[in-house]
Order: sequence, then structure tokens, then C-alpha cells
Amino acid sequence: MKKVEVFGTGCKKCITTQEMIRSEAQQLSIEIELIKVDDPLEIVSRGIMSTPAVMVDGKLMHKGGLPKRQEISQWLKEN
Amino acid sequence: MFEFFTQLADFLAYNLLQLDPQTHLAEAVHFFIEDTTKIFFLLTTLMLLVGFLRSWVSPEKVRQWLDGKPKLLAYFLAVTLGAITPFCSCSSIPLFIAFLSSGIPLGVTMAFLITSPMVNEVAAILFGEAIGWTFTLAYLATGMVTGMVGGALIDLLKVERWVEPFVFQATVSAIDQEELKVSMQRRFYYAWEETSDILKRVWLYVLIGVGLGAGIHGYVPQEWFIAHAGADNLFAVPLAVILAVPLYSNVTGVVPVADVLIAKGLPVGTTLAFIMSTVAISLPELVILRKVLRPQMLVLFVLYLAIAFVLVGYGFNWLF
Repeated sequence: MKKVEVFGTGCKKCITTQEMIRSEAQQLSIEIELIKVDDPLEIVSRGIMSTPAVMVDGKLMHKGGLPKRQEISQWLKEN
Repeated sequence: MFEFFTQLADFLAYNLLQLDPQTHLAEAVHFFIEDTTKIFFLLTTLMLLVGFLRSWVSPEKVRQWLDGKPKLLAYFLAVTLGAITPFCSCSSIPLFIAFLSSGIPLGVTMAFLITSPMVNEVAAILFGEAIGWTFTLAYLATGMVTGMVGGALIDLLKVERWVEPFVFQATVSAIDQEELKVSMQRRFYYAWEETSDILKRVWLYVLIGVGLGAGIHGYVPQEWFIAHAGADNLFAVPLAVILAVPLYSNVTGVVPVADVLIAKGLPVGTTLAFIMSTVAISLPELVILRKVLRPQMLVLFVLYLAIAFVLVGYGFNWLF
């Protein structure tokens, strides 16, 4: 199961990002572990300054804005 | 260069709506059509271009560029980068922590944070188009100098104790992660997303701003501002700064208002003080900053900005 982390301090874009990933995973019927990281200290210690950012299995895929649906499904599908 | 919009307004107001050009109503309607179409055209094209170019400048890179620079150069770099890098307000906390815990001085970090919301290249170009390029220069200089002096002052006062202590506990070992590979297509998408995002946020402000402007344009006589808020009225500048605090707007939203205020005889300095106070001192931003700054620091921050804007107001009233 893929571990997907969404980094953000709680702005609207971060919440939207999280929702997009959840619904995309549901649509593709891929089970994921979706974690929201909102502690600023942890965000920084993971090397992230622009939020929202997305890590899949610990690898940074995206930062500083909303991802595209197409991108999300790519992350979820690739092995 | 923009006659098209005047012609469009001519056509819509005088031909289509059959308004008599001699009336206040016609003048107001004409002003509204010309300004809204022009502003939305400029905003869209400029933001797309700027958003695209900006996809090469990230807060991560700014941090690397600032790292280890001599102080004076660092202040200058910080405000310059602050002027061209906007960041979502929700990024300002991680950014603040990352800057400080990687050894960038508090003053340099604050210089960046002060200037970033104040100076906006889209607003600079709109000011130039609507009011004149001298005003744009005054605007840019004000934003950058306020940031640099503020940063230097904060370092001079050594107020690190007014930063929440947890900020310094961050570990930044992973901070120099390799940059993400970003495709051209992604950069275009980023620009498009940012443009539509800003348009969605400011369109109402622009319409209200221009509408208000149109109302004043057609109806309030020029003598009103000169009589009540002219350069010889010493209270006008502080009043403009205070009145603007509860008003919170993206800087692009205040451009049309500023345009009209100046056209109606409000002095340049007073207008500039009002604009700066509107965009730089805002309650939502203070609430966010409270997470990392002690209340004393917030008070210092607001007081400094308010005093700076009053001085800017007097200064430019005297100069122009």
C-alpha cells in the first residue's frame, strides 16, 4: 500500500489537495494510506518550504500549489 | 497603446447605451467600462507571463541565495527576492522556520516577509499604466526600503527572544533536497493556475474598486479631497494609514481606487500611505504570524509599518 503524505499548514489549497488525492484513489480503487502533515516543524525538517507539497512513499512528487488530477493518478499507479 | 479600450468604452457608453457624453452618468459609465476591460486584460496577460517566469524562483532557492551573504547585501537581496516572489500565506510559516533555523538572521528573514506582500510586479505595472511611472518608482522604493530598514532595525534591537522558541529547534538536515524536475507544461499550468486563482480572488475587488472610482469620478468634485485631505492637512496621512488597517486587499485590488484618489486631488504621499497600509498590515496575516512570533514582536511589526507609512506619506507629499 502506498503511503501518501500531504504537507500543509491548513490553508484551503492543502485541504483541496488532500481531497483530490482521496477521491482519485477511490476512483482508481487503489488503497492508500493518506497522511496529512500540518506541523510546521515537521514540514521544514522534511525539506519542504512551499506548501501544499506531496510525498509518495517518502519521495517528493510535488510542491507549491495544487497538483493536477492526471499527475495524482500517475503517482498512484506507478510502482 | 490602450486606445482600444477607450474606443470600446466610447462605443458601449455613447452608441450602445445612448448616454449623453456631457453628463456625470455617462462619464462614470465610460470610466467603468474603460478601466475594467483594460485592467482585466492587463492582469491576465501579465500574470500569465510573470507566473511562468516565476516558476524558476522558489522559496527554497531564495534561502540558498541568501545563505551566508554579508548582512547589507543580504537585506538588499531579501527585499529584491521578496518583491518578485509571492508565496501563499500558508507557506510563510514553514518559510520563516526554515530561514531562521538554517542560520539566516531574523532581520533578513523579516525584510523578506515585510516586502513580499507589499511589492507586487503586477501592481507596479498597473500603477504605471493608471497613474504614472513616477508613482510606480515611489511604490517600489517604498516597499523595498521599508523592508530593508525594518530588517536592519530588528537585527539592531536583537529581538530574537520575541520569536517562539520552538522555531529554533527545527532540524534542517534535509533542506537542500534536490529540486524537483519541472516540465515546461507544468510551468505553463502553474502560471495558468496562479492567474485564475488571483483573478478569482480579486475580480470583485476590481469591480468594486473601479465602481467606487467611477462613482467618485463622475460625482465627487475634485475640490472635495483638496479641501478635506490636501497636503496641508497634517492629520490626513496618519488617518489614511489607520483607516486602511481594517481594509484588507490584494494590492492589485487597490490600484483603481488609488488611480481615482490621485486624479481627484488626493496627494500622492497620502495615497501611497493608504495603499501600503491596506496591503501590508492585515489581520489574517497577523494571525498566521502569531504562530511563530510573540505578541511583543507583532506589536513592534505593526508599529514599525504604521510609522514607516506615515513618514512615507509626509515624504512624498513634500517631494511631489
